[in-house]
Amino acid sequence: MIEIDNVTLAYGDRTVLRDISLSLSEKRIAIIGANGSGKSSFARLLNGLALPSAGAVRVDGQDTRTHGKDVRRKVGFVFQNPDNQIVFPVVEEDLAFGMKNLGFSKEDIARNTTDILERYNMSDLREHPAHLLSGGQKQLLAISGVLVMQPDYVVLDEPTTLLDLRNKRRITRAIEALEQTVILASHDLDLLRDFDRVIVFDEGRVIADDRPEIAIPIYVDRMS
Amino acid sequence: MDTKSIVYIALFAALTAALGLMPPISFAGLGLPPITAQSLGVMLAGAVAGPRRGGLAMLLFIVLVAAGLPLLAGGRGGIGVFLGASGGFLLAWPLCAALIGVLVQARPDASFVTLALAIGLGGLVLMYACGIPWMAFVGKLGLSKSLAIMVAYVPGDLVKVVLATLIVRGLRRAYPTL
Amino acid sequence: MLDLYFPGTSFLHRMSPGPKMLTLMVAATLLFINESLVLTVGALVIVLALYPVAGLTMQQAWKQIRPLLWIFGLFFALQWWFSGLTLAAYVVLRLAALILLASLVTLTTRSSDMIETMTRALGFLRPLGVNPAKVGLAISLALRFIPVLAQITQEVREAQKARGLERSVIAVAMPVAIRTLKMADDISDAIESRGYRS
Repeated sequence: MIEIDNVTLAYGDRTVLRDISLSLSEKRIAIIGANGSGKSSFARLLNGLALPSAGAVRVDGQDTRTHGKDVRRKVGFVFQNPDNQIVFPVVEEDLAFGMKNLGFSKEDIARNTTDILERYNMSDLREHPAHLLSGGQKQLLAISGVLVMQPDYVVLDEPTTLLDLRNKRRITRAIEALEQTVILASHDLDLLRDFDRVIVFDEGRVIADDRPEIAIPIYVDRMS
Repeated sequence: MDTKSIVYIALFAALTAALGLMPPISFAGLGLPPITAQSLGVMLAGAVAGPRRGGLAMLLFIVLVAAGLPLLAGGRGGIGVFLGASGGFLLAWPLCAALIGVLVQARPDASFVTLALAIGLGGLVLMYACGIPWMAFVGKLGLSKSLAIMVAYVPGDLVKVVLATLIVRGLRRAYPTL
Repeated sequence: MLDLYFPGTSFLHRMSPGPKMLTLMVAATLLFINESLVLTVGALVIVLALYPVAGLTMQQAWKQIRPLLWIFGLFFALQWWFSGLTLAAYVVLRLAALILLASLVTLTTRSSDMIETMTRALGFLRPLGVNPAKVGLAISLALRFIPVLAQITQEVREAQKARGLERSVIAVAMPVAIRTLKMADDISDAIESRGYRS
């Protein structure tokens, strides 16, 4: 469970989140809101990429401020643009990066790499240069790089925004199949119709927090 | 060294490589040697990334060139380029970026002229000060003759100083926190 | 990534990068110290003879020299005018021998092997505060983002073409530099969120 306790987040004199208190325990949670509504900043709070200016974020009881390393191990983060998330020139090296940082053994690294590439039908791309992958393959590699670290939660920040329809479907299926708790920030309403809970952000506050069939219309209404 | 510094060092090395892909600007009518946009990378690295990050970015760039990657304008690379006539100019890049960085940091509110002066001191004066003696050495030319050869490059390099200054000011407007 | 390496199985290909670099440094120093035209010509002939030995062609040797022809011509003319034909020939042939020798190392060594050797050699600088692991990360990041930024530069040039600005340095370099700075924050976050501690 992730608890957000009276959290305010400000950069200088710009407040992006105001006094948010939430407790996230469902398996599939979506965060929606207009650009600049604070949803990306909220996503970044969950694995300690952003630290609250006031209040606290706790993942399974561990404060992101004091247990940064443990929290990052528990909460994987997938960025909007996979080009900024893939940091090694070759697929295999990139997959190994996170596992090496966490001190996985050589054997575990090799096994997890084989498993994840098989899972996403990318086994023949193991030694492929990352920049020659298609957009969809890049996003799958970015997600894979997080999954091999075996997190309990996966936070995704608009993972389908830069993709074409075919690759969007491929990523959607991949997200649906995740056994982890998923927290997804997205504009893509199709992606989250079957979610357990949808939280709507507007100007740094939560304006709706409910099942999708109730929360989504509130968002659509606010946007029109 | 923090993560962000490592990222900046790698990105400014990569940016310099990417600038080598721009076709050279020629002053054909004037009969002057064409200039490449690549040494803009040196000036931007110093002025934007700072002395330490910028200098190390250029050091990384020349290490990759020496390792045999064709990252110099025209697809050149390898150890040979450092032993050739222009080797001294290349080897000076880390120092040039570092000097520009130091000068720019000392005057964060610099006017156009002051900024151009800082970029020119590092990107032109210091670069020539390192490159010309090397050229004199490998060509057994003596300093005065080497200096005379480089006069042809001065107009092109002055243009680059102005371009770099314009770009740095533009970047500062886009990123006031730089 | 494409490097200047030319695959082969010669003794130069099999020699490990460290000794190869050391040999190059010694040979280059000797060439610089030597003052004799005859020795220089001899060295040039030996270097050229090594090209076929390494499975390389004379065209490949020529390609190393071609971009420098104008500066060779200039040096030759100046030396001839001021100091005579012998010195002119000596200076240009010495430069040619140096560059051909260095290119021989580059053409027979994979850049990945060279980078590995250089990173390992950095271990000696550890007492000075150099951290080889961080250097390794910086090198990997640069190799990863060179093609990314090259592609961005290409995209920006195509976009500016529509406005007739594809040759304008500012119209291309400025957007590319802005994209670079924007990427920097995300990349640092991505690295840290994958458990990297600097």
